[in-house]
Amino acid sequence: MSAASITVSETPLVLYTLRRADDALILGHRLSEWCGHAPMLEEDMAMANMGLDLLGQARELYSYAAKVEGKGNDEDKFAYLRDVRQYRNLLLLEQPNGDFARTMTRQFFYAAFSDLYWRAMMKSRDATLAAIAAKSEKESAYHLRHSSEWMVRLGDGTDESHRRVQAAVDDLWAFTGEMFAVDDSERGLIDAGIAIDPAMLRTPWLATVSRVLDESTLTKPQNEWMQQGGRDGRHSEHLGHLLSELQSMQRSFPGATW
Amino acid sequence: MYTQALNSSDGDDRFIEDADRAAAFQARIDDDERIEPNDWMPAAYRKTLTRQISQHAHSEIVGMLPEGNWITRAPSLRRKAALLAKVQDECGHGLYLYAAAETLGSSREELVDAMLAGKAKYSSIFNYPTLTWADIGTIGWLVDGAAIMNQIPLCRCSYGPYARAMIRVCKEESFHQRQGFEIMLTLCRGTDEQKAMAQNSLDRWWWPVLMMFGPPDQVSQHSDTSTKWKIKRFSNDELRQKFVDATVPQAQFLGLTIPDPGMKQDAEGHWRYSEIDWTEFKQVLAGNGPCNRDRLAARRKAHDEGAWVRDAAAAYAEKRARRSMAQAAE
Repeated sequence: MSAASITVSETPLVLYTLRRADDALILGHRLSEWCGHAPMLEEDMAMANMGLDLLGQARELYSYAAKVEGKGNDEDKFAYLRDVRQYRNLLLLEQPNGDFARTMTRQFFYAAFSDLYWRAMMKSRDATLAAIAAKSEKESAYHLRHSSEWMVRLGDGTDESHRRVQAAVDDLWAFTGEMFAVDDSERGLIDAGIAIDPAMLRTPWLATVSRVLDESTLTKPQNEWMQQGGRDGRHSEHLGHLLSELQSMQRSFPGATW
Repeated sequence: MYTQALNSSDGDDRFIEDADRAAAFQARIDDDERIEPNDWMPAAYRKTLTRQISQHAHSEIVGMLPEGNWITRAPSLRRKAALLAKVQDECGHGLYLYAAAETLGSSREELVDAMLAGKAKYSSIFNYPTLTWADIGTIGWLVDGAAIMNQIPLCRCSYGPYARAMIRVCKEESFHQRQGFEIMLTLCRGTDEQKAMAQNSLDRWWWPVLMMFGPPDQVSQHSDTSTKWKIKRFSNDELRQKFVDATVPQAQFLGLTIPDPGMKQDAEGHWRYSEIDWTEFKQVLAGNGPCNRDRLAARRKAHDEGAWVRDAAAAYAEKRARRSMAQAAE
């Protein structure tokens, strides 16, 4: 036994599933970092709730990826024994929590997407993905409602909260484009009706975001340049630190069962 | 307002406020009736319960910190989800208990401020550090196990809101306790390194856990009146003995050694433990435990750094109320 990283046979469906699993795990992990330190107890509860939803999604998706891959990997090997270059999550989701405004903005941008995404994926020809989508859609709808309400409270609250949440919107905006990108490996799955084309979600996403930003008295950033790379394992510097914490036990005690 | 201040004395004159009412109150307690928030109650009863319930709530909230210390490092996704859910449960208990304390007339903010100022206590056990993953098992198995011993009798406490809160809390705690034991069992059936981790964790937590039941009966301050009011039904030493008797066979099952070479089973089957180091207990209560400063600092930091968020929520709620009033006036 060794705690070296595993190798993964990234067929299009395995890769596709791992990308979504990594999204859920990394954002769930970020939310779990708040536990015990939130601005109020009600938010400790709410962020733990959303974190638990996302961890649940990650576990189902990893298990499915393991089954499709059929190489003896499992949810824990995918989560704990892949290094930073093997992670496939969106850059947005690995961004540090920062203050509460930054955490809620990250949540809002993603939930506004994932709510649409999972709803569309309920029609996937892949029965497992469709079933995961049906469960995840309900969860995302709550995440969107919760984070939207905070965007409005913070944006239209005090001068300080407005300043903080506007800064978060400005800083995170460049990470939103990656949600709608499609590469060759996903094109085939879209054509086969297994995956949906996320480009179609861009207009409704922008409509939701614009409406909420408007109600929050916040300004939509004008920059069009979007960061890419998470889907191919080109991450920000933040992910390595997250993984060294997340994976410390599995890396330190190779082969142990917990 | 003023009468509260006048009646806050813990001394023998507490029934002077209204001897007839006090007698009727005690008769209800003796009949095992529940006291509800709108019922008359002696000021000292109110004060004792406010202190006890709020301390219990603070313990739940501060108790999130030592376990929260391992959420980001839990060794498997299943353990990570279970731990996050568990710590979330503790938070829920805290909220529930603050609400029960509020029925006695103090606000959550006041109670929390007293804790942050270091004036209100929380359980001494949370001033010890979680150094290894095994500590998460030990906390579930022993700390929650000890808490259950204390809390099950509180389900029959004379104050209705507290008793009802305890019923729900105990159900969740017993789930946590089984989860903790299962973590220990997995470690004890694992590698030598894992088993050593479990034993070392038990070595560090055993005595502090026994101290959770409070000072020995001869020196306990609050027991007499609390017993009369049916807030407390068993003494500290009785509960401690019950806990030890229940725990020793569990440790044996795990193959772990309780770090008390002098421990012996007596003729009635009770496991008699050695003298507890009460100096350590007093030092931890006085603020000198290994983590007292860190725990308070973490709670203060969360509170201070969250102030602008709470202010924003309040400002927004006020704006909204103003707008809907303006709309109604149009």
